[in-house]
Amino acid sequence: MSLIEVTGLVKTFERRQAPWGRPRLIRAVDRVSFAIGEGETLGLVGESGSGKTTTVRCLLRLIEPTAGSFLFRGEQVFGLPASRMRALRRDLQMIFQDPDSSLNPRMTAGGIVEEGLVIHGIGSPADRRARVRELFEWVGLDAGMAGRLPHELSGGQRQRVGIARALALAPAVLVADEPVSALDVSIQAQVVNVLMDLQQRLGLTLLLVAHDLRLVRHLCSRIAVMYRGRIVETGRAGAVFHAPAHPYTRALISAMPDPDPGSQPPRIRYDAAGFDPEAELGEVAPGHWAATSAARQ
Amino acid sequence: MNDDRAPLLEVRGLTTEFVSERTGVRRVVRAVDGVSFDIGCGEVLALAGESGSGKSVTALSVLRLVPPPGRIVSGSIRFEGRDLLTLDEGDLRRVRGARIGFVFQEPMTALNPVFTVGDQIAEALEVHGAARGAAARARAVELLDMVRIPEPARRARDFPHQLSGGMRQRVLIAAAMACRPPLVMADEPTTALDATIQADILDLLVAMRRELGLSLLLITHDLGIVARVADRVAVMYAGRIVETGPAPGVLAFPRHPYTRGLLASLPGRVPGTRLEAIPGAVPDLAALPPGCAFAPRCPDRFDACDGSRPDAYAVSPGHTARCFLHGGAAR
Ligand SMILES: Nc1ncnc2c1ncn2[C@@H]1O[C@H](COP(=O)(O)OP(=O)(O)OP(=O)(O)O)[C@@H](O)[C@H]1O
Ligand SMILES: Nc1ncnc2c1ncn2[C@@H]1O[C@H](COP(=O)(O)OP(=O)(O)O)[C@@H](O)[C@H]1O
Ligand code: SF4
Ligand SMILES: [Mg+2]
Ligand SMILES: [Mg+2]
Repeated sequence: MSLIEVTGLVKTFERRQAPWGRPRLIRAVDRVSFAIGEGETLGLVGESGSGKTTTVRCLLRLIEPTAGSFLFRGEQVFGLPASRMRALRRDLQMIFQDPDSSLNPRMTAGGIVEEGLVIHGIGSPADRRARVRELFEWVGLDAGMAGRLPHELSGGQRQRVGIARALALAPAVLVADEPVSALDVSIQAQVVNVLMDLQQRLGLTLLLVAHDLRLVRHLCSRIAVMYRGRIVETGRAGAVFHAPAHPYTRALISAMPDPDPGSQPPRIRYDAAGFDPEAELGEVAPGHWAATSAARQ
Repeated sequence: MNDDRAPLLEVRGLTTEFVSERTGVRRVVRAVDGVSFDIGCGEVLALAGESGSGKSVTALSVLRLVPPPGRIVSGSIRFEGRDLLTLDEGDLRRVRGARIGFVFQEPMTALNPVFTVGDQIAEALEVHGAARGAAARARAVELLDMVRIPEPARRARDFPHQLSGGMRQRVLIAAAMACRPPLVMADEPTTALDATIQADILDLLVAMRRELGLSLLLITHDLGIVARVADRVAVMYAGRIVETGPAPGVLAFPRHPYTRGLLASLPGRVPGTRLEAIPGAVPDLAALPPGCAFAPRCPDRFDACDGSRPDAYAVSPGHTARCFLHGGAAR
């Protein structure tokens, strides 16, 4: 049994074309299934609007899923009462895309990192201060920054405060939605190193949402590619990058800008008209799955 | 692609400052500090660097569109044989849009939401006296077709919100090309877009350049994009060009420690390894160190680096690096 097992996740939203119009149901997430083993890193990639954020928001129950099952250590998460959900969130922490809007502007960096410990009544004040110091060190923040307000920190420092906060309760799983896309290249690299260190040090399980394939290739052992709410391909990162099976994955990889002169592969375009939302994943190589239309077989 | 006449655009010693005064303390931010570069006919120059390095202010300075309290304090900008910095407002207006087209980063703010995209392109043509009335509208449709917008006649009647982000960016490129300017400046034209759409827009710019022979100043923070489209690259740090040269050469053999650091920061080249991240963050432009601005973050720093600012030293033909490792009396 994997640490995380998601089966048939569906989330629909009502959307009106005009205020007086009839609402139309859109399936932002459409029968999504995946599993993540302890200590594994899964990268969820896909174009804007493909349903990545909606998927992880459902798992954390920040929004309610329409259908499906999410087993965490074998326990069904969907439908859990709020009290049990609160306890579970200790083990499932999230870091957000925009470090600026996710940190309370009136709390100090130290206070933000300590808050979860206070809420869960963990440790004495002295224990908590020691823990905050340790967390600061893990994410490469100077202990002297604990007294600073978010606006007194740089973007990269704020994102590290967000990571330290997420780690305070020693979660088993870290869910990161575009954790570096708002940061400059040199600062991105610093945060990527922090995430890699934590993986090695704590054996953290990571679910990483990112549109930057280079980042996903760097950090993830496995990849799931989403397109219009569906997972169209999944497998080990190396296999998906070197032998992409789904035409959308091929298009995505060929669009990735590569700074190595001469190594840019020729562009491959994906014809959205050929997309079949009913196609089921089939195993194309051991552990490597891609959506194949019944019609094509 | 190049010819041996004078370059189309020749920028020398461009310096632009923002001066602010708060609680009696004067803060001078030199956003662009002695920047020089050329763009030849039909050439693509990429201006690369992290946010705040002065890329946008450089482009705005070329058009003399720096917002107050910003001010160009020195330099010269020769374009088609004239110095744009001494041109009167009227002549300058005839250069903007007509001779130098521009595409800004945020497609939504650059388009007016209450006019159709066809009308907005037609208006650009009329303002510059390139076409009027029905002829301008017909030309607008042609331009939309040129930027590969499907069903251009129908799309011309759409309002900006009816288009996807990628299509809006194409409309802006069409508007920038409306008067067939010999030079187009594009400021992070694909940063807000998905990877596949970004690649489409870059392919489009490359095709336009080939078909129309235009020159392009492309601003980007992504060295992958530089590799994809640029002939030459200028890497900026703290308001100065720290390395410039042919794009393949600079990317394969970066000579400035900052350029090396930027390349080493890119994930995905050797999966699962620690990145050789540049420590620290971009400095406050109002409080730069006296020597090399990169010194506090530089792995190769030595005594000379803190004494004075390094000049741009030649490292190979057409390739310079502003770093004491490559020259200077100090060495
Ligand atoms: N609260 C909501 N109400 C209505 N539609 C929504 C809502 N949240 C998301 N959607 C829609 O669901 C789809 C998936 O959105 P989601 O935010 O999951 O995309 P994403 O893959 O995270 O994209 P991005 O890369 O842009 O962050 C989109 O069509 C979006 O417009
Ligand atoms: N309108 C403005 N007022 C004050 N400072 C500005 C203004 N625009 C830019 N700057 C400053 O000029 C420097 C360079 O900015 P910019 O050219 O926008 O950087 P880039 O485009 O490379 O991200 C930054 O320090 C920025 O804060
Ligand atoms: S001049 Fe010195 S500090 Fe500056 S980049 Fe070169 S080696 Fe580094
Ligand atoms: Mg998202
Ligand atoms: Mg800019």
